[in-house]
Amino acid sequence: MPNRVLNFKGKGPKENSKGAASQGAPEAGQDGQAVKKGTAGPVMTGAQILMRMLKEEGVDTVFGYPGGAVLDIYDELFRSGLRHVLARHEQGAVHAADGYARAAHKTGVCLVTSGPGATNTVTGVASAYADSIPLVVFTGQVPTRLIGNDAFQEVDIVGITRPCTKHNYLVSDVEDLGRIIREAFHIARSGRPGPVLVDLPKDVMAAQCRFKMPPDPKLRTYNPTYEPNMRQVAKVVQLLLASERPLLFSGGGVVLSGASEELRKLARRLHIPVTMSLMGLGTYPGTDPLSLGMLGMHGTCRANMSTAHCDLLVGVGVRFDDRVTGRTETFASQAKIVHIDIDPTSIRKNVPVHTPVVGDCRITLERVNELLDKEDLSGVGEKRQGWLSEIEEWRRGNALAYEQAETIKPQYVVQRLHALTNGEAIITTEVGQNQMWAAQYYHIDKPNQFITSGGLGVMGFGLPAAIGAQVARPGKLVVDVAGDGSIQMNIQELATAVQEGLPVKVCILNNGYLGMVRQWQQLFYDKRYSQTRMEVAPDFVKLAEAYGATGFRATRVEEVDRVLKKGLETPGPVIMDFVVDREECVYPMVPAGKSITEMLLV
Amino acid sequence: MEPKHVLTITVDNQAGVLSRVVGLFSGRGFNIESLCVAESHEPGLSHMTIVTRANAAVLEQIEKQLNKLVNVIKVQNLSDVPAVCREMALIKVRTRPETRDEILRLVDIFRCKVVDVTAEHYTLEVTGDEGKLAALVDLLKPMGIKELARTGITALSREKKTN
Ligand SMILES: Cc1ncc(C[n+]2csc(CCOP(=O)(O)OP(=O)(O)O)c2C)c(N)n1
Ligand SMILES: [Mg+2]
Repeated sequence: MPNRVLNFKGKGPKENSKGAASQGAPEAGQDGQAVKKGTAGPVMTGAQILMRMLKEEGVDTVFGYPGGAVLDIYDELFRSGLRHVLARHEQGAVHAADGYARAAHKTGVCLVTSGPGATNTVTGVASAYADSIPLVVFTGQVPTRLIGNDAFQEVDIVGITRPCTKHNYLVSDVEDLGRIIREAFHIARSGRPGPVLVDLPKDVMAAQCRFKMPPDPKLRTYNPTYEPNMRQVAKVVQLLLASERPLLFSGGGVVLSGASEELRKLARRLHIPVTMSLMGLGTYPGTDPLSLGMLGMHGTCRANMSTAHCDLLVGVGVRFDDRVTGRTETFASQAKIVHIDIDPTSIRKNVPVHTPVVGDCRITLERVNELLDKEDLSGVGEKRQGWLSEIEEWRRGNALAYEQAETIKPQYVVQRLHALTNGEAIITTEVGQNQMWAAQYYHIDKPNQFITSGGLGVMGFGLPAAIGAQVARPGKLVVDVAGDGSIQMNIQELATAVQEGLPVKVCILNNGYLGMVRQWQQLFYDKRYSQTRMEVAPDFVKLAEAYGATGFRATRVEEVDRVLKKGLETPGPVIMDFVVDREECVYPMVPAGKSITEMLLV
Repeated sequence: MEPKHVLTITVDNQAGVLSRVVGLFSGRGFNIESLCVAESHEPGLSHMTIVTRANAAVLEQIEKQLNKLVNVIKVQNLSDVPAVCREMALIKVRTRPETRDEILRLVDIFRCKVVDVTAEHYTLEVTGDEGKLAALVDLLKPMGIKELARTGITALSREKKTN
């Protein structure tokens, strides 16, 4: 008998199926299951408990897609009063929950069926894992007695997602369901957040038990460190006060912990310039003079140069990803590195750290600021002049300059989008050049305003993420900055937007290429454009119309503003197709494996 | 070669916990030289001993990543503290009239047990540290080892002597 779940207690799902359904009944759950023991509380089915627990956890919206294994759950959902957004592909549902989680700053929830429904979530789950986004993904599963039998629409989704979830569960007894859901939400949103998957066998959803609200989870084995060690914090303060050329480097952890206010306070009182990772954009206002913009492979010249010349680099909620550091041997080689993060595994994973601080970014920065309250900071502004003017020199050689000639430059589109939306739109992106141009030219001012698949880099992320963000923030303008390749990876979600009346706007920077890959081929493969030209592409205006949305196209520079204005004003979902310079490249660019000061410029 | 480390890991005995630990090693390219695991005296907890080779930076990651697993309660590196490390092996060795005495002498010297006997084989049970097992295997090899099964190291830290 196959038993793929290793368990030393010998209490695998097999043994737990209680044999209730093994008498040859066609479907488990239909055959009058006995009410399980337990004392107080009303008798409820697994599906009812699930709905009850979702409400208990403050969930109001579920992104999902139904199927055979989750029929009982959808039947309960029908009467639950919860909002369900019907995606057109399970990947879309997960990305939408991801966008929702970020824009609402709460845990996103997905519900899909077993087998293909579950496997379709994997990319979305892996993306949320890489970006530390709190999600709880519920997957249907075949009845417990069929698990391991290669049943219809059975996959071992717990096994498949083990390396790309923060944690996951197979619920084998309805009695455990409430507790597991509690734990799942707790794990997803606490510590370094991440996706948690809960696999729900069909018979467990139909089984009944006396429901008692589970207490707050107490996990013996899981206890994130929020409060930093004050000795380490004091060391950080001393380093900050002693430093001549300090630099703050802020990442997704600052967004997740809501540390932007504290970061701003720290930067301003000590006159410290701030650079951000892709995930950290908006944690410090992009239009503020102390902002150096993004760091790394496509970072600004001044950010990369500052990193190489600073004497103190304070990384907050970052993980020193290879796209940020370039060659690690030369990264910030003159600096002592302070690293503040709630996840100890992030610290010293990629770069040597002088002073590590394990703790919540917001609380830690708060503690740093409290200690600084006791210091006399009057001379700091003056002391910082030299360093800031040095940086100003790098800014002046503006590496982000481009020339708007006859054909539309993609950068120009983003710049105009920024101007016409007062920099206030929530921006989601696809992946590729469009993503980098959005990061470089839409100077994000607020946390949770820039929603991108940073760690995994999933093409097709932007449209569903925009849908989720729009659900979370109905009054806000949400714009997906897209590429012509990426948008086709989840274009079906346009139907979701139309059905739900979500007025997301999509700006396609249409270069007819898988532009970012083409850029590498141009620069490092002698312009051999192997399989990067999109020889056939849909007419995006007609495509929008086919879905019941609206489409506009700009092919000349003069049309850019008009199309943007019209597109942004038009109610409902809109696709704006900007036919841009086909061979434009993203600059600066640090070739893979080089030091981040070795930038290719325009 | 990277230095060897003996890690003991106490885990909450949930379904799939072994896959989580082993998957972490394979997924992140960490090395496992041996793995030994069984339930501990506390119900619901298991004790694992993993022998790995890693430099200091990788070892730090291994320990942190293990601690990050939701089902892991405690990770201890026994390389830095006094510890008892033991391994058991079952060795099926061929016997001929002229080698039997020599084998039994080795059994005596190495404090093994003969746990199964046929006309042409002895099966020996031996417990000890790695060096002892390796020495015995070397000595038995010329006589013909038919099969060998080792448990991998299991270990506990030593208590401080109080007196
Ligand atoms: C799902 C997926 N497949 C492949 C890639 C590799 N990839 C990265 S960027 C890119 C090109 C994207 O093309 P497009 O959406 O047109 O954006 P552009 O770079 O042209 O702006 C590709 C293929 C990816 N990131 N994700
Ligand atoms: Mg393109």
